[in-house]
Amino acid sequence: MIAALTIAERQRAIAISAVLALCGFAMTIAGSDTLFAVHGAIVLLFSLGCIGLVMSQYFAPEPSDERLTRYYDDPTRVGIVLSLGWAVVGMFFGVWVAALLAWPDLTFDAAWASFGRLRPVHTSGVIFGFGGNALIATSFHVLQRTTRARLPDQFSPWFVLIGYNLFCVLAASGYLMGVTQSKEYAEPEWYADIWLVVVWVVYFLIYIRTLQRRKEPHIYVANWYYMAFILVVAVLHIVNNLAVPISFGEAKSYSLFSGVQDAMTQWWYGHNAVAFFLTSGFLGMMYYYLPKRAGRPIFSYRLSIISFWGITFMYMWAGSHHLHYTALPQWVQTLGMTFSVVLLVPSWASAGNALATLNGAWGKVRDDATLRFMMVAAVFYGLSTFEGSFMAIRAVNSLSHYTDWTVGHVHAGALGWVAMITFGSLYALVPWMWKVERMYSPKLIEVHFWLALAGTVIYVFAMWNSGIIQGLMWRTYNDSGTLAYSFIDSLVAMHPYYIARTVGGLLFLLGAIVASYNVWMTIRMSRSQPEAEAGDADLPVLQGAALQAGE
Amino acid sequence: MREFFHRKLERSAIGFVLAIIGVSAIGGFVEIAPLFTIGETVEKAPDMRVYTPLELAGRNIYIREGCYACHSQMIRTLRDEVERYGPYSLAVESKYDHPMLWGSKRTGPDIARLGGKYSDAWHVAHLINPRDVVPQSVMPRYGWLMRSELKTEDLGRHLKAQRAVGVPYTDAQIANASSDAYGQASPDSPYAGGVSERYGEATNVRAFDGEPNRLTEMDAVVAYLQVLGRLTDAAQKQAAAEK
Repeated sequence: MIAALTIAERQRAIAISAVLALCGFAMTIAGSDTLFAVHGAIVLLFSLGCIGLVMSQYFAPEPSDERLTRYYDDPTRVGIVLSLGWAVVGMFFGVWVAALLAWPDLTFDAAWASFGRLRPVHTSGVIFGFGGNALIATSFHVLQRTTRARLPDQFSPWFVLIGYNLFCVLAASGYLMGVTQSKEYAEPEWYADIWLVVVWVVYFLIYIRTLQRRKEPHIYVANWYYMAFILVVAVLHIVNNLAVPISFGEAKSYSLFSGVQDAMTQWWYGHNAVAFFLTSGFLGMMYYYLPKRAGRPIFSYRLSIISFWGITFMYMWAGSHHLHYTALPQWVQTLGMTFSVVLLVPSWASAGNALATLNGAWGKVRDDATLRFMMVAAVFYGLSTFEGSFMAIRAVNSLSHYTDWTVGHVHAGALGWVAMITFGSLYALVPWMWKVERMYSPKLIEVHFWLALAGTVIYVFAMWNSGIIQGLMWRTYNDSGTLAYSFIDSLVAMHPYYIARTVGGLLFLLGAIVASYNVWMTIRMSRSQPEAEAGDADLPVLQGAALQAGE
Repeated sequence: MREFFHRKLERSAIGFVLAIIGVSAIGGFVEIAPLFTIGETVEKAPDMRVYTPLELAGRNIYIREGCYACHSQMIRTLRDEVERYGPYSLAVESKYDHPMLWGSKRTGPDIARLGGKYSDAWHVAHLINPRDVVPQSVMPRYGWLMRSELKTEDLGRHLKAQRAVGVPYTDAQIANASSDAYGQASPDSPYAGGVSERYGEATNVRAFDGEPNRLTEMDAVVAYLQVLGRLTDAAQKQAAAEK
């Protein structure tokens, strides 16, 4: 890996790591005995680790120019492994917090192990750790294949991948220590947020530099989605995280916005994190790996245009449906509801486009669990976008909001759509990346598929039941015209569903462990066998080393 | 036939980037910017007071422990919510909340109007082990709040940062932040008098955790919970007017 870097790139890696190490050291000094100093120490150790890694092979011979005739896939390989690692960690914390709602004392008598601190480790672990790493890894792969251009250099992809994981580590360790700004899905504090902006700018530059050198005249639809993901997430992240720290040596900061404006900004962010992180990015994945695996072209080019611009335009209006019947002015609520309902059109255009692409390949869907993962993902995408539009209607929302129904809806999307499309794509990608004919065990993919599907269905049904029961109990009146149930009555009624939800989550976690084992064994298999032709025409179609011209 | 315009757009990376930014910017701009400019968005409440340093510290512990994940602080304009929790929440009530803690999930009940509903002793017992007072509860135990001393020396900086984002703390409030935090939980100490002087006679000045000589995180959290919904009576006034 390091040996594939040029000497100049190795020096750049060491120099940037050293700068980062200095930042960590400065944080440690400035923070004296606060949690800020602990994070400084983590940054310091992390960057020293990077320096050590580069130094270990610093004197390896330089790679030949022949490397420029091949795509650069090392960051993708590492990204896949990191993504699966975060999946297991994030889902483990998910099962733990799920269990805590059924058995609240299933933990240690320590601050770090209480529900409120563990929960964001779960949400950030799966969204940013698992999802984010998968997006970065696949985007580098898809970008090169669809532009027929090599990544612009070999250092910046590493900066993005490693830097992004440093952000994830700061986030997760911060939550356990009590560092959070409480904005849902934007919990990390100001310094981690600034660091993510730096990483993100480099990510965008990689994208645009590669696109500018593309050999294909047209930018493929998958890249539209990856670009929307990168650009809009940057805007959302910067605006929602505007804050004033109490000093430059402490972690705590206060949000620039307050009350109703803060609520609207937060859910403009929150809902579009769903739109542009968990939808747009993964649609990019789907538009490449699904047709590739099915061996069929995308059903309709025009549908993909309609759905892309529809999603990009309309999602940004939908955030206020999180605030129905609150102190947010009603005109904003109504706008949010309207656009949320119309959003069904572009969403189903994408889901339908994916399923229609499979026409003529249904035999493959039956026999190939990898393709089936993607098919089921498209179905769940269609289902949860329908559910989302439905729940955004004010009258429905009056029942569903604040209940487990929302949690069920989120997991129909996160497990059924995001995780399924990711696992399907990774199963397709791993053999190409490690140059083996197929995954170590197709049987285990089949096992994983059924574990994941069963887990999702159990989870979602449990939450539908509990959410609707909760919502109904809260608003039920008895004959004398007073409320029929106390709050605690509704909580007691949730108990069986909370157990069922834990079981569903556990099945899904087991599936992720099976996947990690399968990928690990595939990597080992690739080491023990002579380099075979990859099973797919995924080999480079680069002509000559001129690809880096202009850089 | 003229080329479908999108075919052209697809050939320009920069054009595509600008188009994405332009198309995606509209919605957020139309919905968020007017909230800062339309006066009626936030009601007027002349009696609204700011959090005391102790309450603010408690609020920060509430944030640190992730309480907002299970408790909302936003009563919607629905009959059953008003009957269960009290008058519906007004925008002005969270005017000084940086960030707001409206919440999105009620694993536990809404607590926008929790202040004054239970005694301090009930809150302390409930936080140490919720199942001692509500046997069916699934809330976590927060025993360490009683064991941890509250950090007060940084409270002046907290108030300063709050003022930078728009909360009207006075110089005197900032200068006395640490001693006010101590005084509010130690009614017999010489620091107690300044608290009601700077934050109003209605401010709770009590040994919230039952131990007047120690300032713990429990003091701060209970002080915060006891002031929820009590910074202004605008909502109660509006409810009375509507009747």
